[in-house]
Amino acid sequence: MPKQSIGEKLNDISEQMKSSQAWGSIFRPGSIFRKGYSDSPRNRSYVVMNSLIYHLHPVKVKRHAVKVSYTLCLGGLSFFLFILLTVTGIFLMFFYRPTAAQAWDDIYTLQTSVTFGLLVRNMHRWAAHLMVLTVFLHMARVFYHGAYKAPREFNWVIGVILLTLTLLLSFTGYLLPWDQLALWAVTVGTNMMGYTPVFGDQVRFVLLGGVEIGTDTLLRWYVLHVLMLPFVAVIFMAIHFWRVRKDGGISGPL
Amino acid sequence: MAEIPDHLLKRAQEARERQADGDETTPAITEEKSESKIPDHLLERTVAAKDREPVATATAQVASSAPLPPTGSGPGGNTQRLLTVVKSGSIQDVKLKPVDKVHVWPHLLIVEFVAALAITAFATIFSIFVNAPLLELANFNQTPNPSKAPWYFLGLQELLTMFHPMVAGVTIPGLALFLLILAPYIDKNPSNKPEDRKFAISLMTIHLMFWGVLVMIGSFFRGPGFNFIFPWAEGLFFEL
Repeated sequence: MPKQSIGEKLNDISEQMKSSQAWGSIFRPGSIFRKGYSDSPRNRSYVVMNSLIYHLHPVKVKRHAVKVSYTLCLGGLSFFLFILLTVTGIFLMFFYRPTAAQAWDDIYTLQTSVTFGLLVRNMHRWAAHLMVLTVFLHMARVFYHGAYKAPREFNWVIGVILLTLTLLLSFTGYLLPWDQLALWAVTVGTNMMGYTPVFGDQVRFVLLGGVEIGTDTLLRWYVLHVLMLPFVAVIFMAIHFWRVRKDGGISGPL
Repeated sequence: MAEIPDHLLKRAQEARERQADGDETTPAITEEKSESKIPDHLLERTVAAKDREPVATATAQVASSAPLPPTGSGPGGNTQRLLTVVKSGSIQDVKLKPVDKVHVWPHLLIVEFVAALAITAFATIFSIFVNAPLLELANFNQTPNPSKAPWYFLGLQELLTMFHPMVAGVTIPGLALFLLILAPYIDKNPSNKPEDRKFAISLMTIHLMFWGVLVMIGSFFRGPGFNFIFPWAEGLFFEL
């Protein structure tokens, strides 16, 4: 039997792997990971149809919809920043305890003694500010293109809710480092909410978990920041993306 | 099963009898010629074609003779006739116009992927060089001067200097948010062309500039005691 070269052996192994039951169970029929990819219209469709991407994008979109100059990618960037914030946020959660006694020390330790701790915290903070900006610009872009008009009225409403959620996510995160900046920025913010007519005091009490900012506030805002608001935001995002497709793809051209 | 009209049953019966009489189709044609409305020249053409291709007709007849449905045989042994030609658009209303489309892969996914990479690279590089602020531990007894909200709320804080807190902190932002949500239901103009929506665009621009300017003033032009300052004269009082 002639000796096989390494390339041939690798080829054999990959062939064996691809014909195994496990491989076939992971990748759907028609997946490019089953039968390889060569550029053809059919395979271009299969890339989308046989992967998770199909939940987000149709197989084809209007030609003008892929023009970067139209959307500036702002909605997509907002979504991607949300993912980036989730990833960096999960990392930060490993090193953070939301109590007045420990929060600041934990952040300080994270920055000085945890590998990449400072970098990841920086990324989380700057990405958060950036996301507020991209969501805001996305809204402006949609307005100036008249993309909120029928049949997309309701998706605009969802979008405004998402903008509000983004602001709340950013604001709840602001308190967590428990430094002078956090404490007094939140004091200013929550004092304003206390002026809600009729039940201002109650609103403030619920938000602070007491009559003034303290360790209960920290826990409350932590849970809002890492669990409740992201959960709500994800649900609204799902509706938002679904409606983009159902309402006939992105708007335009002008 | 739907009821079959009498005249059709009768016609089928006749056809079956004719078939039983013999395989001769030519008399059937001539017979039908008198009653059918098929133009003569078409019938003649069919007959001529049959004469030209005796083999094909023979096989067709053999094939059709076995499970032949009990329907009348038209000219040339066919069981269908062209009744009429319906032009598209006369009974179907085609609303969808063909749209120029491109595949999501690679045209859209590559753009999105590059955008994601670019924003990640930007966030990473920016984070390497600029540190997020971490001031000293929170201290309830020491109020910093000035105390500022996060930058996106500085417009509201700026309004606080002009109005009663309920107006500045609740009424104005609440109204702005409410009108923003209602925008598509207020704006009934169906056009999305900028030249048709001068009023809407002006209004939104004023609205956005209103917040933009207030945030700018609150961020950079407010110093100790939240008094108006010039940042180039007295320095920045701004933390992100």
